[in-house]
Amino acid sequence: MAKRIDVSDLNVYYGAFKAVEGVSMTVEPRSVTAFIGPSGCGKSTFLRTLNRMHEVIPGGRVEGKVMLDDQDLYAPSMDPVMVRRTIGMVFQRPNPFPTMSIYDNVAAGLRLNGVRNKKTLDGIVEQSLKGANLWNEVKDRLSKPGAGLSGGQQQRLCIARAIAVQPQVLLMDEPCSALDPISTLAIEDLINELKSDYTIVIVTHNMQQAARVSDRTAFFNLKATGEPGRLIEIDETTKIFNNPNEQSTEDYISGRFG
Amino acid sequence: MSTVTGVSATDDPPGPDGRTPLRGVSASTGRLGDRLFGGAATVSGVIVIATVTLIAVFLIVQAVPALRDNQASFFTSREWAPGGDTPRFGIVEFLWTTVAASTMAMIIAVPFGVAVALFLTQYAPLWMRGPAAALVDLLAAVPSIVYGLWGLITFAPFFKPIQGWLENTLGWIPLFSPTGISGGTILFIGLVLSIMVLPIVTALSREVFAQTPLAHKEGALALGATRWEMIRTAVLPFGRPGVISAAMLALGRALGETIAVTFLVSSLPDGAAWTWSLFNGGETFASKIANNAAEFSNPNKTGAYIAAGLVLFVLTFIVNSIARIVIERRKAFTE
Ligand SMILES: Nc1ncnc2c1ncn2[C@@H]1O[C@H](COP(=O)(O)OP(=O)(O)OP(=O)(O)O)[C@@H](O)[C@H]1O
Ligand SMILES: [Mg+2]
Repeated sequence: MAKRIDVSDLNVYYGAFKAVEGVSMTVEPRSVTAFIGPSGCGKSTFLRTLNRMHEVIPGGRVEGKVMLDDQDLYAPSMDPVMVRRTIGMVFQRPNPFPTMSIYDNVAAGLRLNGVRNKKTLDGIVEQSLKGANLWNEVKDRLSKPGAGLSGGQQQRLCIARAIAVQPQVLLMDEPCSALDPISTLAIEDLINELKSDYTIVIVTHNMQQAARVSDRTAFFNLKATGEPGRLIEIDETTKIFNNPNEQSTEDYISGRFG
Repeated sequence: MSTVTGVSATDDPPGPDGRTPLRGVSASTGRLGDRLFGGAATVSGVIVIATVTLIAVFLIVQAVPALRDNQASFFTSREWAPGGDTPRFGIVEFLWTTVAASTMAMIIAVPFGVAVALFLTQYAPLWMRGPAAALVDLLAAVPSIVYGLWGLITFAPFFKPIQGWLENTLGWIPLFSPTGISGGTILFIGLVLSIMVLPIVTALSREVFAQTPLAHKEGALALGATRWEMIRTAVLPFGRPGVISAAMLALGRALGETIAVTFLVSSLPDGAAWTWSLFNGGETFASKIANNAAEFSNPNKTGAYIAAGLVLFVLTFIVNSIARIVIERRKAFTE
């Protein structure tokens, strides 16, 4: 069910402000692609254009092309709601629905898709929680509020919620930045397992994390504040970390940035 | 959202034996500012509770002698002849009129107010949201006599043919059977009340809906929710306690509304036959008391009216308690 993403010449705007300019890249299916780069260079902004979440922000606007296999995500006939059902997203801060139980959080996306059958729901909820390595911790309290879990558990709950609808692609924006090292490792392991089924894109500020989990790494940078962010290069992770083509990548990775 | 844990009277620093003041790091809770604020909060809280209790005591003390002399059943009698040697009075008619008109008002105002609030916070173009919200807040502050006047002069003539039509088409339902009364019927009063409380429901609901955390809304949208589905999964659950509070405030106002109702209501002649029809007239607690203020000549007569007022007081109290219970029951799920 994993699909390839092809981006060509993408510009992203907040109103009149151009936040990201001229990005072209390919995200390979069944692999993990990491986005790295200094704060404000537009990683989150660009990531959110991949499932059309960017346009939710008032004034948010996109130029260019994003293809999911042979579908143009920004074609006029394309329904953004359908795009988001195919391309799931996990946010920086865990955001389970506070008024819902653990079970209902995982089932939320399925219910939106019209799944009502209790047996089917039970099955997928269990399978998704197992997929997110959370099942053993919560199986006895599925009807308790999702907000009562620890931060790391909440984030895995959000991952379970995202994979319950079996998306083609999973986007993660700094999914571990609010978590302790142990929860972080749990989620990195999970990403490793998930990549056999999903196309995964992850934004991270943690170089070791990018090196550990990703197959390919994209480095974004911006010339100066107020300038749009650009994709500097994208390549095999080992190549980016050992022998990048661009000097600025080298500088950023070795901490000589700025 | 995280709940705000404000300083409350019970947050006093607990010493080892409940008395010894704390030292070291935790002593900061015993600083002058903390103590002043804590003290002020406690005093205010006590004053509020004392006031409500005293009002209740006042009502009960005044009502009991009259109730003891009452020859009719207070809760089921439709007579109203307080005072004299054999006073006979009961409140069932006021209770019905008050509850029916207020329920009417709620059935219309709550869904409509919530819908307007959702429109203002989720659908309306950005430039419109601020001014429209200000307008709604302004409407919530319009004095009720204005609604009374408007009801009498503008709305009554407009409503008359509608009532006729309803009586013709739905007259076979007891709730809508014709009674020959037009003008200040229960349904009409309910409609005016609904328009009166609509801005209250709207203003308060809008306030809570606008505070829905972006993270919850985006969480729903990222799952592939349409805008309405996003509202159902994120905005409505978040705003639910606020909407319930708004509805209770509005209901409180509708139950006790005096001026507009007194102004509009068609009181029934003595001995009119009982009917469940919303097209009947009748007095509410508040309008009955207001209309007869001139009769407060002897304590026993006054006591009868105060007893009626007491029922209204208890009614509002029950309504608020139910709302609290509903909100508390889901508290674990609102973080
Ligand atoms: N809602 C918004 N409205 C206007 N401008 C925004 C908005 N969100 C982000 N920006 C701007 O877009 C640019 C890119 O921001 P973005 O959040 O994508 O950076 P980022 O690479 O994700 O940074 P970080 O690593 O700190 O998360 C920044 O200049 C930022 O100020
Ligand atoms: Mg970011």
